[in-house]
Order: sequence, then C-alpha cells, then structure tokens
Amino acid sequence: MGRKHPKPKLAVWKFASCDGCQLSILDCEDELLDIAGAVEIAYFPEATRAVVKGPYDISLVEGSVTTPHDAERIHKIRRASTVLITIGACATTGGIQALRNFTEVADYVRAVYPTPQYIETLSKSTPITDHVFVDFELRGCPINKLLLLELISAYLNGRKPVVPEYALCLECKRLGNTCVMVAHGAPCMGPVTQAGCGALCPSYNRPCYGCFGPKRTPNTGSLAEWWRHHRDMSEEELVRAFRGFNAWSEAFRRASEAHEQTTMK
Amino acid sequence: MADASDSQSNPPVDPAPSGPDGERKLLRLPDLDRLIGLLRARGFRVIGPTVRDATIMLGDIESAAQLPSGWAERVEAGFYRVERRDDAACFAHRTSPESAKRHLFPPAQKLWRADGSEDHPQPVVEDRSTAPRLAFLGLHACDLAAIAVQDKVFMGGAYVDHVYATHRRGALIIAVQCTSSAPTCFCDSMGTGPHLDGGCDLGMTELIEGGEPVYVVHTGSEEGAQLLAGLAPPPASHAQVVAAEQLVAEAAAHQKRRMQTEGIKDLFYQNYENPRWEEVARRCLTCANCTMVCPTCFCANIEDGTDLSGRLAERRRRWDSCYTLDFSYIHGGSVRYSPMSRYRQWLTHKLATWIDQFGTSGCVGCGRCIVWCPVGIDLTEEVAALRMSARAS
Ligand code: SF4
Ligand code: SF4
Ligand code: SF4
Ligand code: SF4
Repeated sequence: MGRKHPKPKLAVWKFASCDGCQLSILDCEDELLDIAGAVEIAYFPEATRAVVKGPYDISLVEGSVTTPHDAERIHKIRRASTVLITIGACATTGGIQALRNFTEVADYVRAVYPTPQYIETLSKSTPITDHVFVDFELRGCPINKLLLLELISAYLNGRKPVVPEYALCLECKRLGNTCVMVAHGAPCMGPVTQAGCGALCPSYNRPCYGCFGPKRTPNTGSLAEWWRHHRDMSEEELVRAFRGFNAWSEAFRRASEAHEQTTMK
Repeated sequence: MADASDSQSNPPVDPAPSGPDGERKLLRLPDLDRLIGLLRARGFRVIGPTVRDATIMLGDIESAAQLPSGWAERVEAGFYRVERRDDAACFAHRTSPESAKRHLFPPAQKLWRADGSEDHPQPVVEDRSTAPRLAFLGLHACDLAAIAVQDKVFMGGAYVDHVYATHRRGALIIAVQCTSSAPTCFCDSMGTGPHLDGGCDLGMTELIEGGEPVYVVHTGSEEGAQLLAGLAPPPASHAQVVAAEQLVAEAAAHQKRRMQTEGIKDLFYQNYENPRWEEVARRCLTCANCTMVCPTCFCANIEDGTDLSGRLAERRRRWDSCYTLDFSYIHGGSVRYSPMSRYRQWLTHKLATWIDQFGTSGCVGCGRCIVWCPVGIDLTEEVAALRMSARAS
C-alpha cells in the first residue's frame, strides 16, 4: 500500500479443464518466487485461498465454456481484466471435451447420469474467444511453462513475446531430432501443428499428436493425402488423427469433418 | 590453421586425386581409429557418421567403433530407412540427414547478454575462441561444396559472421568420395560431386577387400599431410587407386536424378506466375523441413528476451526459414502470406537469385530436401515441370 507503482495483479481462472495448465504454473518451482516478486497473485484458488478483489491487470483463463453459468462468468472476468490470456487447448480451442461437439451431448447425459434432469450443460464446448475478446492465446495441452514465463516477462517489460506460430518441424529440426515421419513412417502431426512444446514427442521417437493446435496456414489436406497413400491410413484413422485435444480448432475440425463425410459415403 | 582472411580451411597441396600413384596412401580401419585418437589428443572435437535413432547421423565420435560399419541407408522422396549390408563398409551411406551446417552455424546461439543491475551495463559476448577445433570425418563432395557456398555467405563480404568464422577457420576436414549414389543425389549435374575436388585436408575412398574396408587416401593440405605422416601408412597400389576412381565414376554415372541448370536464372525470372507454383503449393506443408536440412540455407531470426525483472536482457539467434510467416513480417503483415509465394521464394532463391547474390547456385545437389520433405516434394521434378510448362506456353 502507498507504493507509487503497485505490482500488477494477476488472476488465474478455471473453466472446464483438467487443471493441467494451472499445474504448469505451479510447476515453475524455480521461477515461482520471481513471479510472486514481480506480480501480486490476486486470485489463484489452485494455489492459495487468499483472494484480492479486482480489477486485475492480467487474467489467465484455463478451460472451455460448457455451461450457461460459465458463459456468463467469462464476461464478468473480461470486464474485471485489463489483459486476458487464455492458457491451454481447452481455453483456446475447446479442448478434448469438444469431442462432444461432433455428437449429441444429451445422449451422453442420459447414458451417464442417473438423474439427467440435474445436469445443465451446453451442447458444445467452446473456446473463450467465442465469448469475449482475448488478448493472447497460449497454446498447448498442457502449456509450456517457459512460454508462459516469456509471456508474463514480455507483458511486464512492455515488449513483444517470443512465442512461435510456425510448424513444430522447425523446433524439431533445430533440436537435431530424427524425423519420425520420414525415417520411421510414423504419422506425425508436426508439419501442421504450431511449435512451442519443444518437440517433446519426436524427441522420444513418437509422432506429434497436435497438442499445440494448428500452425498458421496448415495444409491438413496434403498431409492426410500422403498418409492415405503412403501409410494406408483409413478415413476413420484420418478422422481420429485430427480429432484430438484441438479437435474444434477450425483447421482440424474441417479436416476431420471432411474425412468423416468420406466415410459416410 | 588457415589465415584469418582465407575462406578455405587450408592451403591445397594436392587437390585433384589424379597425381602419381605413390602419393596415394592406404589406411585400414585400425588406422582410422588411430587417426581419431590422434585428432582427439590434439584437442579436436571429432564429428563423424554414426547410427542414431535409425539414421546415419553426423555426431561426436570417439573411436572408429562408432562408425556405421555394415550399415547404409535406403532413401526416396519423403522416405529414409537404415539397412544392413553384407560387408563392413563404414562409409557406404551417402548424404546424412544433416550436414556440417549444424556445427558451423549452430541452430541456436546466444549473441550477447547484459545485466542492467550493474552501474554501466555492457553487453557480454560469449568468448568462442576457446571452443575446441572441429574435425569432420566423412563429409562428402556435396558437403564441401555446401561449405564453400556458406563461406561466401558468412565470410565472403565486408561483414564476417563471427560465430561461423570461428568454427570454420578452426575446422579440419577428412572427406570421403562416394562410391555409390542414392536415388535422390544429383551432385553430378550440379558439378559438385561425387568426385572430391579440393576443400579438404584429407580425402579418402573406401574399397572393400574380402569384406573389410580399406581406404585410399590423398592429402589436401599441409595439416592433412602431417596428420597422415603420423600414421606412417604404406602407399596404395596402382590397382587400388584405379579401383577407387572407377567406383566414384560409376557413382556419378548411375545418378538417376538430374537438374538441368542451363539458363536456369531466366527460367525462374520469366516464370513468376507459372501455374505450376499453385500446383506444388497444394502439396507443400510450409513446414520448413527442406530449408532446415539444406546445407546452404542460412536464414535465422534474431530474438530479444528479458527475465521477469527486466534487469537481464539477452539477444539470441535461431534458425528460421522463408516458410514461416514471421520471417517476412513487416508492419501490416507478412509479405509472403500464401504458401505458393513461400515455396516460390525457396526455389527461386536456391536456384536463381542466389546466383545474383553470391555468384553460385544455392543448391549443391545433395537431395536432402527431397528425402526429408514429409510429403516428398522433389525440386528436380519441379524444375523439370517448370521447364515443360514454360516451353508449352
Ligand atoms: S518428426 Fe514430426 S515434427 Fe519432427 S520434423 Fe518430422 S514431421 Fe516435423
Ligand atoms: S536445395 Fe536440396 S538438394 Fe539442393 S543443396 Fe539444398 S537440400 Fe541439397
Ligand atoms: S531458401 Fe529461404 S531459408 Fe533458404 S536461404 Fe533462401 S530465404 Fe533463407
Ligand atoms: S517443400 Fe516439403 S519440406 Fe519444404 S516446406 Fe514444403 S512440405 Fe515442407
């Protein structure tokens, strides 16, 4: 109190999600004290019960909107925040729970819950940007904590964050990995997926699953065509390849729907 | 070590392997092991081919036992597999997934850092002069041609890139002549191989005698000659020298892919709007793999960073590519938004504007971009198609 420049207030909000991205923040063990020194952690129930009232300088939002209540709550958060950053695949593209968007959610509710009338849920899981203006979308399932630190550092120092938008392949090649697609024949999503994870899966000789969502100008059609001809992948397998944690992102949704239509022919 | 203004690693003594037979020496595998030991004793970091993650990759090696004895690769567009051979050849492979580029022009480097908590913050540049000298074992003719191209890029003009120059001036190169060609090689038509033509300290050709490898060796520099003398090798026989040259000539003759380079600049400059560009762009993923593996591509991005407090600042350089949108971002957006314009930029730069810029082609015919393109796009096919459609129109 009484300081001329109080520390910026940071809040962390949760919507429909697994908490993995929030855990990535707590996973910044070495840097957590620095973060606490640079910003005032005003609202972060996952970490602390102390609550400081808004407005907030930075709001980090995890999770997608799946209930009518959440659809209202996100507007209140937006009004109370100067900068709103979504963290993770759920908040940015709807998450794995957006698989419901391709089906009838009411059928599941009836099948799973003994008293379905108590369940109030929306038919679709949607990203935050469908509801309010978002200043920055940090991708990943979960996010890369180093990129989150970079984003907060950039905000605090008034500079442009260094967060890549290009294909994972650049990151993979810089690391000197063997390309699992060319050398092992694995169906790697790297060429259509945004970098940022540090090429985790290819570094362990696994194909990329697309956790960071589509890169800019992704050519999903050409990649699928190659898989069909050179790996004998069926249309069903192609649908599944694009229907992961970022199934509801525009590029992956169009790709999976195109292959689904072919299966129905 | 070469003098600082010299762009070649060492003064050539006997660049063309056509001197009298007596100058060719013969090494066996145990000699190669001694050679590696000798280099390491002199403080070199030895980088040679080794089997890693189901590829024959350039990496740090400490003994000849790490060489890919009995292995080679089978490649096609977008396809690579290692395979067993029925002999103990150590250099039967052709281009490796990566070239010397990774070591001379590292994919990520800190350029400087500054600490603002000091009274007079000064940028601190890392001292590279203490880094060990690099000894490359088993580079091919196309690799040397690519190094010569990057020498022009990084050391040829008024502004010398110090990161590259430090690694390059200290480098020692023991090259091998290819005794077979991969289906993706087209160095013969680019005039860059498989025959070694200078640019190395020692040059070797591998022969298989009774299932075991022997090496016909020629020297290319004083330092190479000294190194070889340390092994006191016997001379190679006339028959061995002839056999070696024969294999290299056959490797050239058997190349399946070719690039017709005649009038290639005009071909590109007159075909900016050729519909073929749209066709290839429908397949291209703009994933940048071709530029990453290309031994001559030299693009990088400069990134500035701070810590949370803003007291520590640092500037980094990382490999980048004309396939990324950030790379051509100016105020208002990227100047090459369409994938078509990005594929066109890559090929036009490699094969045409490079000639205006550096007086040489940006392609040495190694075929890496063909092998490591995830969807097998082949530049020789694109150039041929461009020629066809230019003729038709
Ligand atoms: S392994 Fe995947 S991410 Fe890495 S270069 Fe190959 S396709 Fe790209
Ligand atoms: S353009 Fe392709 S073939 Fe030519 S040097 Fe580069 S990677 Fe090799
Ligand atoms: S082709 Fe692209 S990445 Fe390669 S040097 Fe030219 S502009 Fe750079
Ligand atoms: S040509 Fe191939 S490797 Fe190069 S960007 Fe296009 S898809 Fe990727």
